[in-house]
Amino acid sequence: MTGKEYRTITDVKGPLVFLNKTEPVAFGEIVTIRLADGSIKNGQVLDTSDDLVIVQVFEGTAKIDRTAGVTFMGDVFKLPVSKDLVGRILDGAGRPRDGGPDIVAEENADIIGAAINPFSRQSPHDFIQTGISAIDCCTTLVRGQKLPIFSASGLPHNDIALQIARQAKLKGSDEQFIVVFCAMGITAEEYNFFRSDLERTGALENAALFVNLADDPAVERIITPRLALTAAEYLAFEHDYHVLVIYTDMTNYCDALRQIGAAREEVPGRRGYPGYMYTDLAMLYERAGIVKGKKGSITQFPILTMPGDDITHPIPDLSGYITEGQIVISRELHQQGIYPPINVLPSLSRLMGSCIGADTTREDHKSVSDQMYAAYAQGRELRGLVAIVGEDALNERDKQLLDFSGVFEDRFLRQSRDEDRSIDETLDLCWELMSSIDTKYLVRLDQKWIEKYHPDNKA
Amino acid sequence: MSKEGVIYRISGPVVTATGMSAGMYDVVRVGDEGLMGEVIELHGEKAVIQVYEDTSGIRPGEPVINTGETLSVSLGPGLLTQIYDGIQRPLPTLEEVMGVFITRGVDADAFDLEKKWTFEAVVEKGAAVEGGQVIGHVQETETIVHKIMVPPTMSGVVKNIKSGDFNVTETVCTLEDGSEIQMMQKWPVRTPRPYRQKYAPDTPLITGMRILDFLFPLAKGGAAGIPGPFGSGKTVTQQSLAKYSDAQIVVYIGCGERGNEMTEVLDEFPHLIDPNTGKPLMNRTVMIANTSNMPVAAREASVYTGITIAEYFRDMGYDVALMADSTSRWAEAMREISSRLEEMPGEEGYPAYLSSRIAEFYERAGRVETKNGDDGSVTVIGAVSPPGGDISEPVSQGTLRIVKVFWGLDAGLARQRHFPAINWLNSYSLYPQSLNQWFRDNIAQDFPEIRTQISGLLQIEAELQEIVQLVGSDALPVDQQLTLEVARMIREFFLQQNGFHDVDAYCDINLQYSMSKAILSFQEAAKNAMAAGAQLNDVVNVPARTALMRGRFEKGYIDTIDDMVKTMIDEIGATVEDN
Ligand SMILES: Nc1ncnc2c1ncn2[C@@H]1O[C@H](COP(=O)(O)OP(=O)(O)OP(=O)(O)O)[C@@H](O)[C@H]1O
Ligand SMILES: [Mg+2]
Repeated sequence: MTGKEYRTITDVKGPLVFLNKTEPVAFGEIVTIRLADGSIKNGQVLDTSDDLVIVQVFEGTAKIDRTAGVTFMGDVFKLPVSKDLVGRILDGAGRPRDGGPDIVAEENADIIGAAINPFSRQSPHDFIQTGISAIDCCTTLVRGQKLPIFSASGLPHNDIALQIARQAKLKGSDEQFIVVFCAMGITAEEYNFFRSDLERTGALENAALFVNLADDPAVERIITPRLALTAAEYLAFEHDYHVLVIYTDMTNYCDALRQIGAAREEVPGRRGYPGYMYTDLAMLYERAGIVKGKKGSITQFPILTMPGDDITHPIPDLSGYITEGQIVISRELHQQGIYPPINVLPSLSRLMGSCIGADTTREDHKSVSDQMYAAYAQGRELRGLVAIVGEDALNERDKQLLDFSGVFEDRFLRQSRDEDRSIDETLDLCWELMSSIDTKYLVRLDQKWIEKYHPDNKA
Repeated sequence: MSKEGVIYRISGPVVTATGMSAGMYDVVRVGDEGLMGEVIELHGEKAVIQVYEDTSGIRPGEPVINTGETLSVSLGPGLLTQIYDGIQRPLPTLEEVMGVFITRGVDADAFDLEKKWTFEAVVEKGAAVEGGQVIGHVQETETIVHKIMVPPTMSGVVKNIKSGDFNVTETVCTLEDGSEIQMMQKWPVRTPRPYRQKYAPDTPLITGMRILDFLFPLAKGGAAGIPGPFGSGKTVTQQSLAKYSDAQIVVYIGCGERGNEMTEVLDEFPHLIDPNTGKPLMNRTVMIANTSNMPVAAREASVYTGITIAEYFRDMGYDVALMADSTSRWAEAMREISSRLEEMPGEEGYPAYLSSRIAEFYERAGRVETKNGDDGSVTVIGAVSPPGGDISEPVSQGTLRIVKVFWGLDAGLARQRHFPAINWLNSYSLYPQSLNQWFRDNIAQDFPEIRTQISGLLQIEAELQEIVQLVGSDALPVDQQLTLEVARMIREFFLQQNGFHDVDAYCDINLQYSMSKAILSFQEAAKNAMAAGAQLNDVVNVPARTALMRGRFEKGYIDTIDDMVKTMIDEIGATVEDN
């Protein structure tokens, strides 16, 4: 049912249009607005009553005047979903952007998505090998996890995300992920970088792209990730795919949210972001996981750039409160010329414990990972001390740890953009590097693994 | 005005209805689909309703029906082992009806109304009974006897009572005045259940976590806050408390947090054994899961649903522990609803009544004499998630003003992988005074003094560390270097405790005491040896000390620790002769 056209706009403010004297309009209903020049804008109902309806306009309110015609479409926002989404590029509102035909719907899915019943979830436990040592060893990714990349402007988070998308696989299986890529307000250059990389490696055929660029309407960014996740859910839970959702940049998404909040004159929370941003972000991030009785899964890799490199900024802060860990990119390491510049110390994978060990990665994984982390943490700390008291003041143990921290960065972290290390290679490398430290200082290593894996004992 | 009105306005989870007679906190059915809601404000003709389900697609003009009831929970056999959403709908039932995604407009009974329970009367015909008095028993799970009580508002003389198999809605007892008592009763969630009197807490809730029991003990019937930034260990700590603390009943509320964390509890608890009873943990547990992506109004209600269930078990004379993870998400739900009501905001956009709501919630904790004359308690442990980890914000502050125990999680410690990452320098418990007697009588006469020594050493370490930062530890006199080693032993051997370790995750309170004594024995032996000429390095590195420290990862440590300490003392003594 599409109703009649109303010309009852009273106010236009920021991305919002206010109108009165309508038939009963549903909360969340989709709206089209026809301008004098015949062009069409789309929006959604944010508030509805007998007297007043507030519409949020995705394409921005430029040129809307009181004569514009508003039609209520009788339904909430739905995405036509189909298996044919794979291999397609759509814009931020779900329309083809690749010149291809419209998607023929197998189903029309509500983009808000329903919450997964916590009782119906299944705990994620399958190890995903990314081929990146820092991640596989220290912040292991699990299928069905939501693990964001906390980065900042000018850092190579896109390269890392792409490398993960290219290399991610289950150990001992060549089952492929379907990539759902969601761009929110990134530059055309960044987008082209993603697209050409996906094209080059043939991954585009196994991907669905939802693209809202920097010069596309900001408010549209509110729906873009919802479209992407709706597509992901359909592919995962109706067609058994393992889906990897990469979305970038969450910071632009949050800024769009702030813009709407401001236009509604809501009481702002920290730094002007809406008080409900936690809930809003959770409605996206929680759409990751595995559910009982379904074969597919959704793994999420949101990328966000921390304003001012500040991890306590509301965007990384609220994300960290929802996601299952984080991978933190370091400007300092980047400036030292190390790729991937992952700072393992503030990074964390909360689900790691469920997916490492003899049955999945290797029996010594936990022990090795703990020791690598501890030794690197101590070595890094010693750098500060050396700056004050000089290297000569260090005892033997401290000297070894200090040296280790350098090797850790240079040989463990550093790898090339197409270097795909297996988990065995990664763990063997760890043993090789740790052997520069006297075993008596390697207190976190289990004796039985020392006997089995330490290079001194292996030969 | 009638029971039925119409929707005037919809703004997210808040709906305004007109033309309906309503009182505050009445439960209403909203729209054609009959979504559940609660009246939270009255404005002349208009009733403002918070709706517990998603409102998209609902239109002005649809009906609103007042049920005339207030938001209540159903109480009776069947609560234990169950997992509910914020408004007490069992999640397994929702799965049966809706599939894996939660849709809306579905009602579900809180428990199986058909199931027969064996009711055993404990009072006889002719007995005068009062509200809250126990009239019968039901063995609800292997470990828990569910006591059937006269509803708090009822009293009289028993006309008829029968033992036998009944479902929860069948009458098991009739009073002379004709009132009938079933095994299921209802109670409005926003009203505390009555008791005779509150007592001062005098027994610790033993948690099996050394830093908590030993340094910052919580009393049964007390309240604790656990603030900490993301990833610092609030959930792991709460889950450990749910697993190991010596409460008889546990109510675990996942309030606005992750779905997977609830799944983890559901997967794990049926296989975990309660160290206090030797039986599966699930037997004593009730769970409430209203995750971050489930409706915020139901999140707001979830903590009340939980605490009412906790009070109900308290009234049977049980010690109940309630964990709420996280109370910040509850507060945020209040903020969101409040802003939709266009209320005048207080600090950081929270409603002005935030701190009184927090206080009222924690006030429902306590050790009481029940209406039946028993001793029961509700202990409340609330996680707090301060933005940016900065506890100067309103929810942390509102919590700290009322709770007597503060377990402060520290991002720096978590980053060093020192777990539990509870900062021993700024955490506190105001209970030791009232609990000391218990520790003296039940663990050891000198327990409080040992605690003082241990925490004193940690204080001294903090001061010495400041000097070390400037000059390095080698510049300190050897006795101070020894103090640093002892403090290090406290941190690494005693305070650190991996919540996932098979053996060490739970530490018997007697073992905690032995371990603390072992540290002090090391200190004394080392001091003596060094006075006789031994080197610090040799003293610290005796193999028996390493063995002692590793011993905590082995089963049966409580039986071997004393011998290990003796060996260590001997070896330390021998370092004198070596010199
Ligand atoms: N006692 C502990 N023993 C071992 N590991 C722990 C302990 N506490 C925390 N951790 C580690 O820290 C991680 C984060 O802990 P947790 O999930 O409890 O944090 P949180 O404070 O609840 O964070 P959030 O606010 O984001 O929910 C865990 O996944 C685990 O790796
Ligand atoms: Mg948590």
